[in-house]
Amino acid sequence: MKIIGFIIVLLCGGLLAYATSDFPYWGDPASPASMHVSAYYIENAVADTSVPNIVTAVLADYRGYDTMFETAVIFSAAIACFFLLRIFTPESSQSKLYRHIPTGITLRIAPGGKLPEKSDTFERIDSSWVPHDLIIKTACRLFIPFIQIFGLYVIAHGHHSPGGGFQGGVILGASIILFAVSNDLRSTISRMGEKITAFLCSAGVFIYAGTGALCILLGANFLDYGALASLMGVDPVSARSHGILIVEIGVGITVMAVMVSLYYILSSGGQLDEGL
Amino acid sequence: MIWYIELVITILVIICGIAAITVRDLLGAAILFGAYSFMMCLLWAIMGAVDVAFTEASVGAGVSTVLFVAAVFRTSRRTKD
Repeated sequence: MKIIGFIIVLLCGGLLAYATSDFPYWGDPASPASMHVSAYYIENAVADTSVPNIVTAVLADYRGYDTMFETAVIFSAAIACFFLLRIFTPESSQSKLYRHIPTGITLRIAPGGKLPEKSDTFERIDSSWVPHDLIIKTACRLFIPFIQIFGLYVIAHGHHSPGGGFQGGVILGASIILFAVSNDLRSTISRMGEKITAFLCSAGVFIYAGTGALCILLGANFLDYGALASLMGVDPVSARSHGILIVEIGVGITVMAVMVSLYYILSSGGQLDEGL
Repeated sequence: MIWYIELVITILVIICGIAAITVRDLLGAAILFGAYSFMMCLLWAIMGAVDVAFTEASVGAGVSTVLFVAAVFRTSRRTKD
């Protein structure tokens, strides 16, 4: 069976490699994409949208539908992961481990047992608990604010430099995942709970689609941000630039929340209790 | 000069890709896949697609490696085949 699979993979790969010989050369000026489509964007993007980074203008304005449904795809990935992997177990049916901090003794509390009251002498620990490394914890605490500022910069500066909602959202999500790795999953969930991530997942898609629907209400086509000019009090060209920023923020919110909730579910085996 | 760098990176991409599917240790496969993504990111940057390179660096080399490691942590580190 393995040999048959190997032969099939080899044949498909050979076919694909053979098909690439028909592609135009890299940067070929006579290729169809470079002759008609790219030329229009390069000549008109700045005049149409006042966005110097043409990639952002194409992604969020000219090809706004693509990006909207990409965001919807990421959102549905989080929903699918939630439905497939999330396990709801009653709180009382699991044994829990508590650590007495002054002496370092670990208590295992059987299901239904009396839990110690919340205080500074007892802390709840995971079954795979190891003593926290002070260096890692402190270094991550130093890094996380700068990573988040950088993520916000990437979202806000997507008009002028490489970046935008996807990359900035991933960087913001990575900062929260870094906090979860350096501390523990429970303290992260107490700061950014499951309900908040689920709300933010859908809020980003709603911001994107809502901006498009607002354009319809103002009498233009779906996602034609020029119609927002009367609301913002600017000319239509800068309104398109601002509209791109609004939908990039929506994309960033969704991507950040999806990355965080995927990490929550994967690292805790769906229980959102003990994690990496 | 840039031609040599491209060749070296392409060879590293192929090595990382083959190693990631042949190695027995799944944690090692996840890390090799991260290295593969990073080399691809360099290739995109050389070809001038800076936006794609940025996405590859943040999504491919960053978050997806963490998600793989989290999945390995919850399942097993050895492959069955």
